[in-house]
Amino acid sequence: MMNDKVTNILMAGVGGQGTLLASEILSEVLMQAGYDVKKAEVHGMAQRGGSVVSHVRFGKKVYSAIIPEGDADVLFGFELLETYRYLPLVSPRGTVVVNNLRIAPPSVALGQEAYPQDIPAKLRGQIDDVRVVDGLQLAEKAGNPRTVNTVLLGTLSNLLEPAEEQWLAAIKALVPEKFLQVNLDAFKLGRMVK
Amino acid sequence: MQKTVLSGNEAFARAAYEAGVQVASAYPGTPSTEILENIHQYERIDASWAPNEKVALEVGIGACMGGARALVTMKHVGVNVAADPLFTLSYTGVRGGLVLVAADDPEMHSSQNEQDSRHYARAAKVPMFDPADSQEALDFTRLAFAASEEFDTPIMMRSTTRISHSKSVVTLGEPVEVLPATGLTRDAKKFVMLPGNARIRHPFVEDRLERMAEWACDQSFNRIETGQGEIGIITAGVAYQYAREVFPDADILKLGLVHPLPKRLIREFAARYQTLYVIEELDPVIEEQVRAMGIDVVGKERVPICGELTPGRLRKAFDLPMETPLAGEEGLPPRPPNMCPGCPHRGVFHALNRLKAFVTGDIGCYTLGFMPPLSAMDTCICMGASIGNATGLSKVLEAEDQQKVVAVIGDSTFLHTGVNGLMDMVYNQSPATVIILDNSTTGMTGRQDNPSTGYTLSGEKTYQVDLEALCRSLGVTSVRTVDPYQMDETRQTIREEMARPETSVVITRRPCVLIKHDVLENKPPLFVDAEKCTACKACLKLGCPAIEWEPGEGESKGYAKVDRMLCTGCGICEQVCKFGAFGVCS
Repeated sequence: MMNDKVTNILMAGVGGQGTLLASEILSEVLMQAGYDVKKAEVHGMAQRGGSVVSHVRFGKKVYSAIIPEGDADVLFGFELLETYRYLPLVSPRGTVVVNNLRIAPPSVALGQEAYPQDIPAKLRGQIDDVRVVDGLQLAEKAGNPRTVNTVLLGTLSNLLEPAEEQWLAAIKALVPEKFLQVNLDAFKLGRMVK
Repeated sequence: MQKTVLSGNEAFARAAYEAGVQVASAYPGTPSTEILENIHQYERIDASWAPNEKVALEVGIGACMGGARALVTMKHVGVNVAADPLFTLSYTGVRGGLVLVAADDPEMHSSQNEQDSRHYARAAKVPMFDPADSQEALDFTRLAFAASEEFDTPIMMRSTTRISHSKSVVTLGEPVEVLPATGLTRDAKKFVMLPGNARIRHPFVEDRLERMAEWACDQSFNRIETGQGEIGIITAGVAYQYAREVFPDADILKLGLVHPLPKRLIREFAARYQTLYVIEELDPVIEEQVRAMGIDVVGKERVPICGELTPGRLRKAFDLPMETPLAGEEGLPPRPPNMCPGCPHRGVFHALNRLKAFVTGDIGCYTLGFMPPLSAMDTCICMGASIGNATGLSKVLEAEDQQKVVAVIGDSTFLHTGVNGLMDMVYNQSPATVIILDNSTTGMTGRQDNPSTGYTLSGEKTYQVDLEALCRSLGVTSVRTVDPYQMDETRQTIREEMARPETSVVITRRPCVLIKHDVLENKPPLFVDAEKCTACKACLKLGCPAIEWEPGEGESKGYAKVDRMLCTGCGICEQVCKFGAFGVCS
């Protein structure tokens, strides 16, 4: 039985990393599973290599599409620094699923600032359940480095109720035929990370 | 009925289809852009990009005069441009229903101000709906078309970033099967707004608002949700969601129509409570009107006027308990947006920086030329402002400083409202220089076509504005076109034109690296020969996301390196390197 609790997934990454498709598939799965779903994100200026955040909330009835501060149950990160940046928005009892990838922001690229060291350890210092995924490695294993987002979804799927078949069905519904098989493989590889 | 997940923008588009809209027109603007991009899928709707919002609304009005239903969409600041026809359209009323979607951007995620479009509804005396999610975006818009015709008025839909770009579950409706009959109908008293006719229409407008205010008291879009009866809240739009989340036990009067307000309903609701809150995003539009009715409310003395609302900000505003957040780390390196690797604008701003130009800027991706290390933009006001600003500046400068003034404007923004500025600049003989950054698309909003790209919204080939010929026809004698990937030529041309004591135009032409049409040549990425790199860091001054500094250890001074995955091979770094350290990957 579904209780009244709303579950909150905060997605963080860098503009251009393909968080959009991942959040689309996620919303589709959750809707098909019978939940009320809301998702909020920002397009436009932030797309240009900037820090991007998506909010996905689901439950029996969801009001605000934005996750109340400190109430994210899952922080779903596509890049280490961007994941770490949004840590204050996560519940202390939350879970982190993070892609083991470092993309230098401008000040680091210019040699003016240093990229923070050992982010997984810093996350583990405050959150018990931190799952680090070698997204690019698994995506290459699946056959296409551009399927990192689907790999990450696979790992995230372990935390959520819908069954594997429901996820695969949503991927089939949203991914173009040409890239379908590699995405299905990527999802399965990601799901093996626990 | 079919259930699906739609963004607010997809829902506005769907509503247009269900309501039998035949014409849709817009100028792209975040967060409104995707409405027209989605409408394009419905074949019976003629959807097109207009050069600006004023033209878009005028096209919509024309279709409505012909009896069709029309949808016009724009971002909040677009309404400033379209305000002229809007205020008089309010007087003429409609034949076919006309709905204008104005998408506000509280928090300024992608805008230069956070004006509140509800003021326009009041000022233009046009009714306005304020949907709270995608379902309401669909339902209210469909209803708005019917109400537009019933009350003989255009209707505004207010959206915000969190409505337009949030997705939620929607139950679709049935599209109307028969579209309204269209044709020529002469009705000069209604549509020719000369003083004699307008004086007759104005009392009609005032009466219309009173009738709609009374009507709105009994419509389901204005509803009371009964809670435990202790706190009363009046709210609307996305703020309703936050109010509902933060005050689950409150009684709520949720307004779907925010202009005109249902006064009788508000009085009935207000009479039940000792304390009445008004929770609204941005300005105290509802609050001030309720106060003017003699009802005391708590509003903006608690709820922030600046920025968007969130459940957390609302809790804080009312001193409600909050969970102690996890400690974040202070001073993390920020990640602002940046021009893409290979962006044709990058070299132009590098040149402007080196030429110490005073750059009046404009609205587009290239506004990022303001960011370090390019740091080559000194002003940015609104669409098209760069040219007028440059003209005005030149009027008050000594000849030496006049030469430094350069206006930069994109192809789409130039055709939006820059042309008029250039006309003035030539006509009134300003010596400033104008650079048209022609990347053959409307980049920042997601690469939409415009009259200079040669393609329509539906991707079909069409006539193409000849920018050089247009500038010459305005009277500009010196119009020069350069490839911005050729750094020396670009800088030299800009330098010569800055020195010219009359209006001149430089067109830097090179397609956006993300362009939709297949015109780009694939180039191999570059690499840095660390042996040749002298650590002068000249290439870092380009601010290219594909170039990263590798700090040295011990004796090594460090060196630049190129991210192969990001590099597009544009080659401008190779041109700024004096030591030949950049090479092309084989």
